[in-house]
Amino acid sequence: MNSSEKHTITALVEDRAGVLNRISSMFRRRGYNISSLAVGKSEAEGLSRMTFVVDGDTKTVDVVVKNLRKLVEVIKVSDISEENAVSRELALIRVKCDVTSRSEIMQIVDIFRAKIVDVSQDTLIVEVTGNEDKVNSLVDLLDTFGVFEVMRTGTVAMSRGVAFEKDKPGSGPRILESAS
Amino acid sequence: MLKKGSQIVCESLLREGCDVVFGIPGGAILPLYQALPEYPELRHILTRHEQGASLAADGYARVTGRPGVAFATSGPGATNLVTGIASAQMDSVPLVIVTGQVNSWTIGSDAFQETDITGITLPVTKHNFLVMDAAEIASAIKEAFYIANSGRPGPVLVDIPRNVFVQEVEYEEPGEMNLPGYSPNFSGHSGQIKKAADLINESVKPVIIAGHGVIISKAYEELKVLAEKAQIPVITTLLGISCFPEDHVLWSGWPGMHGMAHSSFAIEESDLVIALGMRFDDRITGNPAKFATNSKKIHVDVDPSEIGKNISVEVPIVGDVKEVLGRLNQQVLPGTHTDWLKRIESLKEDHPSLDIPETTKLLARQVIKDLSDETRGNATIVTGVGQHQMWAAQHYRFKNPSTFLTSGGSGTMGYEVPAAMGAQVGNPESTVWSIAGDGGFQMTLCELATIAENRLPIKFAILNNNFLGMVRQWQEIFFDSSYVSTSYTGNPDFVRLAESYGIKGIRVTDKSQVKSAISEAMEHDGPVVVDFIVEQEENVYPMIPSGMTVYDMIEEPVSEKVTS
Repeated sequence: MNSSEKHTITALVEDRAGVLNRISSMFRRRGYNISSLAVGKSEAEGLSRMTFVVDGDTKTVDVVVKNLRKLVEVIKVSDISEENAVSRELALIRVKCDVTSRSEIMQIVDIFRAKIVDVSQDTLIVEVTGNEDKVNSLVDLLDTFGVFEVMRTGTVAMSRGVAFEKDKPGSGPRILESAS
Repeated sequence: MLKKGSQIVCESLLREGCDVVFGIPGGAILPLYQALPEYPELRHILTRHEQGASLAADGYARVTGRPGVAFATSGPGATNLVTGIASAQMDSVPLVIVTGQVNSWTIGSDAFQETDITGITLPVTKHNFLVMDAAEIASAIKEAFYIANSGRPGPVLVDIPRNVFVQEVEYEEPGEMNLPGYSPNFSGHSGQIKKAADLINESVKPVIIAGHGVIISKAYEELKVLAEKAQIPVITTLLGISCFPEDHVLWSGWPGMHGMAHSSFAIEESDLVIALGMRFDDRITGNPAKFATNSKKIHVDVDPSEIGKNISVEVPIVGDVKEVLGRLNQQVLPGTHTDWLKRIESLKEDHPSLDIPETTKLLARQVIKDLSDETRGNATIVTGVGQHQMWAAQHYRFKNPSTFLTSGGSGTMGYEVPAAMGAQVGNPESTVWSIAGDGGFQMTLCELATIAENRLPIKFAILNNNFLGMVRQWQEIFFDSSYVSTSYTGNPDFVRLAESYGIKGIRVTDKSQVKSAISEAMEHDGPVVVDFIVEQEENVYPMIPSGMTVYDMIEEPVSEKVTS
């Protein structure tokens, strides 16, 4: 049995009322643990893309993928954990900040190529994008100044260099992948 | 042509070959009911409880192979269906359920009899729809039938608000289905089939475990060819019972918690398990880590998510059992396995599971044995859940495919009454015997009114021990005979109860009356309830306690055999 690890799964799903509920219900019912979930519109009308980060060994994730594929409104599922993939999330972090700490925070923000998007008397909001580890590190560092609030989108992910074919007339969107 | 939503529902059902609907009307679904007189080809059977409707649809689906259809109104009507829907989902039975919903503009306002039935049934349906526009009814119902009865079958619910039933739209026949995310895989992988054939050809001690999938895909002939060609013993699962004739020399019983000892030991001793359309349920495997550790496994199933779920397998084949076996059989070489078959024979002699003790008492097992003899194994047997279910599976010798209807995965007590109704409606010529427990029978006996009303000639054998027998058995074995809440001291007089519905009632209290009561029931051309007052504390053996292994099996104690 493999030890528990994080796996990234993406799914192309129909953009209909109740789809998210159907998917999250399946995860809940089968006792799978989602550590993050992100949904948004895809390149195709009426279809959304989801990225799940799931905790579990390879066997568990294999069963998760199979159960996702069983859902009628789920069109395509890819486990991209093993692949060369880009994964990013965005976080907004409200940090305690006064005149003495401001410049130090700004330096850290620079190192992380993050941005300060709001400043007030006692706080500022930092916007950062990156993979989960990068966001975690920044939050940890900023916590030395006092983090009031963290808002994260959850990871979105995409394989690198996968052949992608634009919409063919009349055939709808189609994703080409070497392995099904 | 302008048509109302209600008319479109009826026409869509007829187009899918539906001829019978089980259900009960109510406020939200009333417009659909009011359209029924226009469609006399659509027979409606008025059940007395919605659970009866969904379970009857289940029985109908199992004997016909076509989706069973049930109607119910919103709120409590719909929630009453849920037990039947969940049972069908567990046992892969195709149902199409149409529920009425409150008017679309009141959804979400906690309107009278509003319940989020698509939300409630999400985890217990294969799929469900909430149809908010009458123009979408025809395609939703077409898709519902397709999804329900393709791939691994299951229940599909279509929820329709009241105003959508009365909405008039320009009616068009539904076009091509738009289900880009649904592609049930039917064709097994050639390379995997070759690997399976190689394993079978090399195997010295193979066993087949044939499950419900064999019945669903009607792979009876293919199974027989495989078994006979390579001389492989055939064990079935509980739901696989009747997929292989039980008077066949290769038939080797069924295994697991209350299965036959020789079947469980044969699996344990085998070097190859050929699992066909089954899912390694915990009632079969016991402790999955210690299940059939000496064998390699071939697993054929149409549902990819079953592969590797409970048991790791060497050769998975995703595909329809009939199709896969058709191709596999061509590559399987004739075999004999004489020594192995002899070994199973000796296991059977050393561990007799079907011996009935000599006694003057009326044992439930004896009733089933006599029923099997009197009907020559040709009846359709419907059971509830519990001891009587296990005894029926053990002691009835089934000869014809798809004649054993039981709630396996879900273990739904009360299945025996409405499912028998569905089975009789689906196959009016068949002899349907419902083997019931006094506990389960009382959960759904309101359907006796439906049975009387429709003159369905179902024969009920109530094995009446005034106990929730299986639970009592667990209390006896695991809780030092502390019979908490399992004694049924307030049972009605089932004979007079039947008579109050205009149904013939017979009571049997003595062993000598069993056969004559069965033939008297068979000769009567209407429904009959036979109340067999059986031994109260008879136990089902063998028994492998939950989560244990075949080596923890409890066989019938000798003392019990002698004294009982």
